[in-house]
Amino acid sequence: MKAVPLEVRGLRTTLFTRRGEMKAVDGLSLTVGAGETVALVGESGCGKSLSALSIMRLLPDPPARIVGGQVILNGRDLVPLPEAAMLDIRGREIGMIFQDPMSSLNPVATVEKQIAEVLVTHTALGRRQARARAHELLEQVGMPDAGRRLDAYPHQLSGGMCQRVVIAMAIACSPAVLIADEPTTALDVTVQAQVLTLLKSLQAEAGMAMIFITHDLGVVAETADRVVVMYAGRKVEEAAVDELFETPLHPYTVGLIGATPVPGGERAARLADIPGMVPPLNALPAGCAFAPRCKRAMERCRTEAPALTEPRPGRLVACFAAEQDAA
Amino acid sequence: MDFLGRFSRNRGALIGAGLILVVALAAVLAPVFFPTDPLRIVGQPELWPGEDPDFPLGTDSLGRDILAMIVHGARATLLIGLFASAVATIIGVGVGAIAGFFGGWVDEIVMRAAELFQTIPNLIFVLTIVVILGSTLENIVIAIGIVSWTPIARMTRAEFLSLRDREFVQACRAMGMGNLRIILGEILPNALPPVIVLSSLVVAGAILFESAVSFLGLGDPNVASWGRLVGDGRQLIRSSWYICAIPGVAIMITVLCLNLIGDGLNDALNPKLRDR
Repeated sequence: MKAVPLEVRGLRTTLFTRRGEMKAVDGLSLTVGAGETVALVGESGCGKSLSALSIMRLLPDPPARIVGGQVILNGRDLVPLPEAAMLDIRGREIGMIFQDPMSSLNPVATVEKQIAEVLVTHTALGRRQARARAHELLEQVGMPDAGRRLDAYPHQLSGGMCQRVVIAMAIACSPAVLIADEPTTALDVTVQAQVLTLLKSLQAEAGMAMIFITHDLGVVAETADRVVVMYAGRKVEEAAVDELFETPLHPYTVGLIGATPVPGGERAARLADIPGMVPPLNALPAGCAFAPRCKRAMERCRTEAPALTEPRPGRLVACFAAEQDAA
Repeated sequence: MDFLGRFSRNRGALIGAGLILVVALAAVLAPVFFPTDPLRIVGQPELWPGEDPDFPLGTDSLGRDILAMIVHGARATLLIGLFASAVATIIGVGVGAIAGFFGGWVDEIVMRAAELFQTIPNLIFVLTIVVILGSTLENIVIAIGIVSWTPIARMTRAEFLSLRDREFVQACRAMGMGNLRIILGEILPNALPPVIVLSSLVVAGAILFESAVSFLGLGDPNVASWGRLVGDGRQLIRSSWYICAIPGVAIMITVLCLNLIGDGLNDALNPKLRDR
């Protein structure tokens, strides 16, 4: 069996606000193997980013706090660790890429300085060696004219180039796990493809485990090995990527796939949307959180929350209707 | 280069910078032009400017050369302005950075303390501190610094508040940087431009404070600052008004120039005004 770089067990993160406690992440479990990409999918506000920040222990506290569960990185639980120990782990064992590359870089520091900063934080490299290493990293992420870009400021670079710098910083210390929070959302479509290819090849080289957060199912199909679908802070379905697209089990997943435009599909046909919105976390319905928007909702769904079941090994779903189908 | 270009596009700022340079040169070269003690009696008292070619700006009530005192006074005045501004900037940036970065109850306590300082009338506060600590140059500098740091702290705090939640700060955390490195290495360089502008204006304010203190006779008796020259001449203001007026004009020009420089820095450093 392969070593598991990251395993999340029953992670629960709660927002303590004046309007009450909101369960932003409610019992999330997932494992990411070396070289594997797990996509975390769902609408805005379903807890994807907060899950990632919980894993990094970067939650804004207050109001957010991890109230339960374990985050096991390279065999060590991160949840009880003191902040000082986390400083050493972040960036070295686990890296993160944020959504908007333009604003993820310090506007008043050069590319070299920002990459070197990471290296100096986590390694014994001196300033000059760090510069040489920064140059290597820029070439590794396919930065055109890397030597000259070292002294550039972020505003002199395009969005795609900024994202390459951000990726270079994230992989500078060869972390075992990389979390990418919508790394392509802010980029042009053509640049998106380049960045995805780059991430895949870097991952293959280093055998990194990757968590890929997105709401773009097209990107999921291209990059992920396994997919975790989240709704209102809970995992509602998990499957290998092909299986998920072929036979989605949860009505929410069906809805998400139905809402994705198909190139070459009939143009006149309206995209099937999912009616309604993700419910506010302080007003979750009593039963299944998705029930009010679900076409297949039954009486039972409104009173009782479905637990995750495993119809096949590696295939998880939390839905009464799906259970009926299977039976 | 970019910065100099934008700065020099503001003509007022250029003139201000030029005149300040002259004042600074006078301050530096004072011992060359007037090697003897400027407070020495050298001629007849109350000679009007132009009356005696040896004393182009005349002499005061004791027969001291006013030009020599002005040139030597530039030293004291500029030094007091710069150091008082430095003290205010160090306190203000430190306090503001902590308040803005950590927020919450830290911010609450620190900013209430800042308000406490703001409620005391500045001049009375300076005079009180000088009277308690004693009339030396250092004490006056410290006193002016203590009353001038609050606007700098507020500005720094505001900048930190808006910067600390930006994505690049989050990215630095994800890279494993600690608070101190993020404050000093990442946020501070971004927060500094408006603070520099404010500091340059505090220099002007500090010169005025020192003049007021000296005018009231609480200045350092061993230092011939411009404010003290104005103060020394005030008994004769009805007969020999030039004794007050000449150092007064020097103060006015210097403060005006510093304000012009502040405006120029604002134009050059404020990203919102760029490309205008």
